[in-house]
Amino acid sequence: MIHLKGITKTYLMGKRELEVLRGVDLDIAKGDLIAIMGPSGSGKSTILNLLGCLDQPTSGSYFLDGREVSRLNRGELAALRSQKIGFVFQSFNLLPRLSALANVELGMRYSGGVDKRRALDALARVGLSERANHRPNELSGGEQQRVAIARAVVKRPPLILADEPTGNLDSRAGAEVISILTELHAEQNITLVMITHEADIARHCQRIVHLKDGQVEREEKV
Amino acid sequence: MKKWLEPFGTAWVGVSTHKLRSFLTVLGIVIGVSAVISLMSIGKGTQRDILSRLSSLGSDLISISPGASFTSGGVRGSVGSAQTLTQEDAAAIAQGVSFINLVSPTYSTRLQLVAGGENTNATVTGVSTDYLEVMRLKIASGAFFTDYEYQRGAKVLVLGSGVKETLFGDSDAIGQQVRIGNSVGFVIGVLESKGTGFGSPDEAVLLPLTAMQQIVSRTRTTQGEYVVSTIVLTVSDEKKIDNVISEITSLLRTRHRLAASASNDFTITSALELTQTVTEASGTLTLLLGAIAAISLLVGGIGVMNIMLVSVLERTREIGIRKAMGARERDIWLQFLMEAAFLTLAGGIIGVIAGWLISYFVSRTGIVSAAVTPDIVILAVSVSVGIGLFFGFYPAWNASRLNPIEALRSE
Repeated sequence: MIHLKGITKTYLMGKRELEVLRGVDLDIAKGDLIAIMGPSGSGKSTILNLLGCLDQPTSGSYFLDGREVSRLNRGELAALRSQKIGFVFQSFNLLPRLSALANVELGMRYSGGVDKRRALDALARVGLSERANHRPNELSGGEQQRVAIARAVVKRPPLILADEPTGNLDSRAGAEVISILTELHAEQNITLVMITHEADIARHCQRIVHLKDGQVEREEKV
Repeated sequence: MKKWLEPFGTAWVGVSTHKLRSFLTVLGIVIGVSAVISLMSIGKGTQRDILSRLSSLGSDLISISPGASFTSGGVRGSVGSAQTLTQEDAAAIAQGVSFINLVSPTYSTRLQLVAGGENTNATVTGVSTDYLEVMRLKIASGAFFTDYEYQRGAKVLVLGSGVKETLFGDSDAIGQQVRIGNSVGFVIGVLESKGTGFGSPDEAVLLPLTAMQQIVSRTRTTQGEYVVSTIVLTVSDEKKIDNVISEITSLLRTRHRLAASASNDFTITSALELTQTVTEASGTLTLLLGAIAAISLLVGGIGVMNIMLVSVLERTREIGIRKAMGARERDIWLQFLMEAAFLTLAGGIIGVIAGWLISYFVSRTGIVSAAVTPDIVILAVSVSVGIGLFFGFYPAWNASRLNPIEALRSE
C-alpha cells in the first residue's frame, strides 16, 4: 500500500539547511498496524506529514496505492487526502464552534458529501451517541479524541495516520483511545500508522519502526 | 443539508460566532447602502417633480424671448431685458411659418392689485385668447375672455388660484372689482390650481394684451410697434419642432435686420429641449449624490476586508484542519468569500430597508419628494454583494494558500 524509497526532506531555516529525513525506505502493506517511535527530532512528524500528503519530499519517491505522490500538485494532494487519509492529532484539532456531530460531518465534507446517518453511526461506534450535540469544550479529553477518531474514520479511508493520539490524555483515556483505534483497524481492515512515545502503546501494534536522525534505525515485529 | 447549501451554512457559522464584530462590519455597509438609496431616491424624486411640472406645459410648446441666450464678445443684457420682440413679430410668425398651431404674444409686468381691503403684488400678463390653450391652462370658475373682449381691450381679469385666494379668500371672485395699477378691472374667471413651485400659473393674473397696453404706458418701440415680453406658440407637429425653430429664427433675423455676422437678439426655447436639459442636469445631480454616498460604501467595504483578514488569521488552525480533511484551495477560498459576501449582502438588504425608510420620512416632510425605484434597489444590493466579493477576494485567497502543516501548528 505504501512504498517509500530514498525519501529525504530538507527544510530551509533562514540560510541554514536542516536535513530532517536522510533517505528513508519503508514499505507498509494494506491492513498493517504500525507504530513509529523515535526521539524528538528524529523526523517522526515529518514522515507522517509526507505519508499524509500534507507535504512533499525533497527527493525520493512515495507510492500510495500505486500512485506516485511526490509528483502531484497541491490540488491533487488535497483530493488524495480527501479520499484516502484520515488524521488523528495529538491535540484533537476539533473545531470549537461546532458540535461533536458537526465535527464528524466535517470529515466527510470534502470527500463526496455529508451523510448525517453515517456521522451518527461513527459517533456511536466510539461510544458518544449521547454527546452528539455537545461542543468540544463540553467534552473530556478522551471524548474529544474519540470524536476526532470518528471524524477520521467516517469517510472510510484506507489509511489512518495518528500523531501521538494519546499524548494529551491520561493513561486510562489513552488506553480507551488505543483500544478503539485497534478495534477499528481490525474491523475495517484499515492501514493504521501511529506515532508514539510510549512503548506499551507501541506493543499493541504489529510492527514498530524506530527512527533516529532521519533514518530508519531498526524495525521490530511484535 | 444539500451539498450546494453547505458553504452558506459554514458562512453563517463563521458570521454568527462573532456577533458584535459581524454587526459592526455590517453596519458600515448598511450606512453606505442606505446613504446611496436615500440620496439617489431624493435626486430621482426631485427630477420627477420638475419633469411633471414641465410635462404639464406640453412638449409642443415653443417660447421666444427677447435678448441673446449667451454672450459672445462684449456685455449683453440678460434674456428678457431687451425690448426687441414686438406684437408684429408674433403676427408675422403666425402667418409666415408653417406647422404652427396657435400663437400668443404676452406682455408681463409686476403690478399692485387691490380688491376691497386686500392687496397683493403680482405678475400681470397681457395675453391673447389662444394663451389658455397654448399653456394648457384650465378655468376653474367663470370664463376666459372672448375675442370680442380682446378686440375692445376690455379690462377683464382671469386670476390664478393663489392670487384669488389672497384677494378674496373663500368668497366668490367672479364679477368683483379689482384695482390694477391705476386702472380698474373685473374678475371674469379663476384658473385651476396646478400646485405651487416651478412655472406654476397659480400666482398669475391674465388679461387681454390690448387692455394691458392701455394700463401700462411705454409699450411701443420707436417705430410704433407694441413691445412684447415673450411669444408663446404651439406647433401642429412635434416632429417639425426643429424646422419651426429655424424658420422662426430666419424670419425674426430678417425682420430685425440683423447682419449675417450678428448673433440673434432673441432666444427660442422649446419645452422639449427644456425637458432634456432638466433631465440631464438632474440626472447628473443624482449620480453625484450617489457617488458621494458610494464613498461611504467603499469605506464599509474596506472594513469588511479588514475583518476578513483578521478572521483568516484567527482561524488559521481551522483552515489547517479543513485542509487535512481534504479541502482544496477552492473550498477554502469559497468559504471565506461566501462569508464576506454574506456580510455585505445582509448589510445591503438592511441598508435598502433603512434607505427606504429614510426617503419615506424625507418625502413625508414635503420639502423634497423621494422616489425609491427598483433600479436603485437592485443597484445597491448588487453593488454591496460585489463589494463583499471584491474585498473578500484577497483575504480568501490568503486563506486558501496557507500551508496546511504550518496552519495546523498555529495556535
